[in-house]
Amino acid sequence: MTDVGTDSDRLTRAEHNEPLLEVIDLKTHFQVEGGIVKAVDGVSFTLDRGKTLGIVGESGSGKTVLSRSIMRLITAPNVITHGEVRYDGRDLVTKSSREMKAYWGVEMAMVFQDPMTSLNPVVKVGRQMTEHIRHHLGVSKSEARATAIELLKSVRIPEPEVRIDNYPHEMSGGMRQRVCIAIALACGPKMLFADEPTTALDVTVQHQILNLLRQQQKDRFMTMIMVTHDLGVVAGRTDEIAVMYAGKVVEKAPTNQLFADMRHPYTQALLWSIPKVSQPKHTRLNAIAGRPPDLISPPSGCSFSPRCPYAQEKCHIEEPPLTAGAAPGHQFACWYPVGSPENEAAWERNLAAGVPQTLAAAGKLTATEELLETINLADDTSDHEGAGA
Amino acid sequence: MAKIIAARLLRLLATLFAVTFISFMMTKALPGDPAVAILGQDGIQNEELLLELRAELGLDEPIPVQYVTWLGNAVRGDLGESYINRGQSVAGTIGQRFPVTLQLALMAIIIALLLAIPIGVIGAYRQGKWQDQASSAGVQVALSVPNFVTGIFLIWLFAVKLEWLPASNWNRISDKGVIANLKTAILPATALALTQMAIFSRLVRSDMIATLQENFILSARAKGLSDRFILFRHALRPSSLSVATLVGINFGALLGGTVIIETLFAIPGLGFRLINAISQRDILVIQGITVFIATGYVIINTVVDLFYSVLDPRIRRS
Amino acid sequence: MAGSGKAHLRDEADTILRVEDLNVEFPAGRGRTVYAVSGISFDIAKGETLGLVGESGCGKSTTGKAILQLPRPTSGSVRVKGNDLAAMDPESMRQARTGVQMIFQDPISSLNPRRMIGDIVAEPLAVWGPHDEDKQWPIVANMLDAVGIDPDVARYKRSHEFSGGQCQRISIARALVMEPELIICDEPVSALDVSVQAQILNMLEDLKAQYGLTLVFIAHDLAVVKNISDRVAVMYLGKMCEISESNELYDNPAHPYTALLLGSIPVPDPMANIDDVLGDEGELPSPLAPPSGCRFRTRCPLADEMCARVEPQMRRVSDDHYVACHHPLVSADPVGDPSSEVTISL
Ligand SMILES: Nc1ncnc2c1ncn2[C@@H]1O[C@H](COP(=O)(O)OP(=O)(O)OP(=O)(O)O)[C@@H](O)[C@H]1O
Ligand SMILES: Nc1ncnc2c1ncn2[C@@H]1O[C@H](COP(=O)(O)OP(=O)(O)O)[C@@H](O)[C@H]1O
Ligand code: SF4
Ligand code: SF4
Ligand SMILES: [Mg+2]
Ligand SMILES: [Mg+2]
Repeated sequence: MTDVGTDSDRLTRAEHNEPLLEVIDLKTHFQVEGGIVKAVDGVSFTLDRGKTLGIVGESGSGKTVLSRSIMRLITAPNVITHGEVRYDGRDLVTKSSREMKAYWGVEMAMVFQDPMTSLNPVVKVGRQMTEHIRHHLGVSKSEARATAIELLKSVRIPEPEVRIDNYPHEMSGGMRQRVCIAIALACGPKMLFADEPTTALDVTVQHQILNLLRQQQKDRFMTMIMVTHDLGVVAGRTDEIAVMYAGKVVEKAPTNQLFADMRHPYTQALLWSIPKVSQPKHTRLNAIAGRPPDLISPPSGCSFSPRCPYAQEKCHIEEPPLTAGAAPGHQFACWYPVGSPENEAAWERNLAAGVPQTLAAAGKLTATEELLETINLADDTSDHEGAGA
Repeated sequence: MAKIIAARLLRLLATLFAVTFISFMMTKALPGDPAVAILGQDGIQNEELLLELRAELGLDEPIPVQYVTWLGNAVRGDLGESYINRGQSVAGTIGQRFPVTLQLALMAIIIALLLAIPIGVIGAYRQGKWQDQASSAGVQVALSVPNFVTGIFLIWLFAVKLEWLPASNWNRISDKGVIANLKTAILPATALALTQMAIFSRLVRSDMIATLQENFILSARAKGLSDRFILFRHALRPSSLSVATLVGINFGALLGGTVIIETLFAIPGLGFRLINAISQRDILVIQGITVFIATGYVIINTVVDLFYSVLDPRIRRS
Repeated sequence: MAGSGKAHLRDEADTILRVEDLNVEFPAGRGRTVYAVSGISFDIAKGETLGLVGESGCGKSTTGKAILQLPRPTSGSVRVKGNDLAAMDPESMRQARTGVQMIFQDPISSLNPRRMIGDIVAEPLAVWGPHDEDKQWPIVANMLDAVGIDPDVARYKRSHEFSGGQCQRISIARALVMEPELIICDEPVSALDVSVQAQILNMLEDLKAQYGLTLVFIAHDLAVVKNISDRVAVMYLGKMCEISESNELYDNPAHPYTALLLGSIPVPDPMANIDDVLGDEGELPSPLAPPSGCRFRTRCPLADEMCARVEPQMRRVSDDHYVACHHPLVSADPVGDPSSEVTISL
């Protein structure tokens, strides 16, 4: 465990309550044939010890790339990374993969989206759970096995002594995700990344897994980043939420603050577009017009401007910076934030001018008119869309 | 598992039946009359002698009857006698020659795999880097050089120049012991192995590249395991199914097709004998060896099929 | 849940589809059988949307496909406007099937990548006529227009040139050209992003109003199902648990399984209670060996000895709300069966 810092060093950092993670202007770009995909484009935030940050956004907004960049798991030859990731006071961006191995599994661990494919199909779950325990903690085979059985118990897998000798295909999706969580927890990481940990699962299982994660996080005082496209998943389970759009954080706030007073039009649109069980049947949904922008040549100005019902001239030209709002910890990047008089004026102006996405948001278009009229705004640049969130 | 094996055995029997029948018919289709071949000039002149010999050899029967008779004997281990070297039993010849060919083929496959796996794995791991390009170039060379050329080169280098190993000949383990035997076996086996190595390493490389894209490899990396551990303990097995198939097929081919190398190194193997028999129209020997090799082929492929389920536990269930 | 019975069926004259005692079994090797759907009955009135919800593997897609006789169900009847599809000869079934169309989950792979969109949407017309291409195109163009795809742009393009949401709209257009009586939508929005999902849901509502469509809407997202459905049927392990008018089902779930599902939904409200619902830790049992009596009993907190022994039958909770449970969470009429007269306090 080289270079991870001495224990006394860490203690002081922890005592001084310094944040565990500081991300400073992180950029992850991919060089591809058509140009440069700006998957993560200047993200900054800090995360205190023991806290949970939710990262929310549509598919392709850069959530996965962001979490993997922080963990330094992206090693594609065509990747360009800028910025700083300070973990416990040390910059990870300058570290090589070899140096990162001292962090992976022990300091930071990840639970992946698809439990069906993130376990090796030809290796028994027992070995997949013990190999890194043995590697990092240097314990004997039988000790590692005993630890693994304890872990399986703690993620509430029935008959762990039997299940430990199963192959992944002998388990259900929910059980596999429990195993993945157990694997991530095995070496007692301080920081856990969960990238859409329940997207592939049924609601009932999702509920179990989310509660399990929350329990384990509390018990172990872990710091957690939870990535999801579902605002419902993060609502009751995070301290803070960052909303991503086109590779940037467009709004960030303590969870309660965000839901009580969302300021960014995209956050609002995202929440409004989801059907909710509390609404009566056949409630008209406020669909967001168009779709996410092409990350190779994003629209000029505010990247949400082609879809935003409040967009004004300025939005198409000048990019709004992420600035602090009145409430502590609340930041957003918008020229006409929701709830401001400027926002209301912009709305009225657009409505009067018959801007299609504004008419659509006001429910003044039928769904197909909406599709035909507004889709072109976002469509003509690219015809591709990542399917998996 | 027992059920699967039973089902495979049944299929094996059916295949063997078809294989023996087809190879029997094919040798029958070879031009030339064995009786004439045996009697030579005398036979052509002496009609009576010819007929007598034909009757003795059973050649006057209809072909299906001949096949049934032959099969009946074959099942009991009697493959007949050589027409040319009368008194020499075909089964005996095979018994004597087969171990030599088998050893050569086995050694060739093992050498090929020992080289191919690390080369393929490194090529995939360092895809596009110099290690990959260098090994790809090497593999390309190995693929394009015929194995008798490799053989000649090996003889020149190790036998003529360095004088470390004998240029040809074969020492049986039973006569001269293991060391002496290996000394004569290593060069021909290596000559055979290089082409195989090239093919296997390409397959390992491409399957491995696909496997390395899998999510479970990313999760293994996120656990902080070493790259070598990930490559060999996580990625190799799921990447080896197509290589296993090819090893089976090529091993079968080596059993029947080491003729050139056997000739070059003057090794008393099966292929050598087969070529001899063909040039002499020694039908029963041809038939015996062909059927024997074909049978070996079918058995090897059955074993490979069973081996899949060892490689991939998901196959065990279906 | 895990119940049978037909108390919830309406007068057949009022419905366009009536499924009774539907059973679908698949051979599972080694002489075993998957009981994918067991004794399900339901009906749909014209212009209605019936939602089907339940966990993965509970038989939603199998039910949807069984309506189309793909494959023919093991037993049971599927009557479209009184005609039993199961009893038809292949040719008249082919005819009758044009009245029922299906839309699948994976929008991209359900379109042939090698064919042009214009041809894909015209495909059903090529079989059933009009065969004249000049007559086909106006119909196709009209439908593409209806789903918000520019017909002239799309006509000569192929599916890979469109996004997932666009492909799904093209699939819907293809289903619509036959002017079907009934469309079975199998998870049509599950693979789509939330914002695109809302576009498609709104569009389906509009198309429904415009063309008087009747829909079976299969999904695992309960909020989506509530939004689009007039009635919702909850399935568990091949059985129907509860069927009800949507608002009523979500307000007053009568079946413990429905309550479990509803309690598991992640609500975008930080104040919402997220603690374990009913303490559920169970796993879906295998459809190869479903539990006796009520199939939900292995996970049900209210299960008792009777649940293991007697299969619950559908019983009325209120008008248009029926539940198959011995101990429903809201009071229900007794079934004619003496065993259900035993009342057990919850
Ligand atoms: N062709 C088949 N052969 C064998 N079993 C099958 C077949 N099709 C479906 N099944 C089984 O029938 C059961 C019901 O499957 P079905 O696809 O209807 O589930 P579902 O409710 O649509 O699930 P999901 O939400 O995952 O789509 C499952 O146990 C499934 O494995
Ligand atoms: N290796 C890569 N090469 C090029 N583009 C990539 C690569 N990985 C991700 N991207 C692109 O980066 C963007 C963000 O992807 P991702 O983080 O996976 O989105 P999310 O997790 O929010 O759905 C997408 O446009 C995706 O296509
Ligand atoms: S109002 Fe302007 S700046 Fe704000 S989100 Fe809309 S387009 Fe962007
Ligand atoms: S109470 Fe009994 S019948 Fe009702 S769902 Fe539970 S187990 Fe089934
Ligand atoms: Mg993602
Ligand atoms: Mg399905």
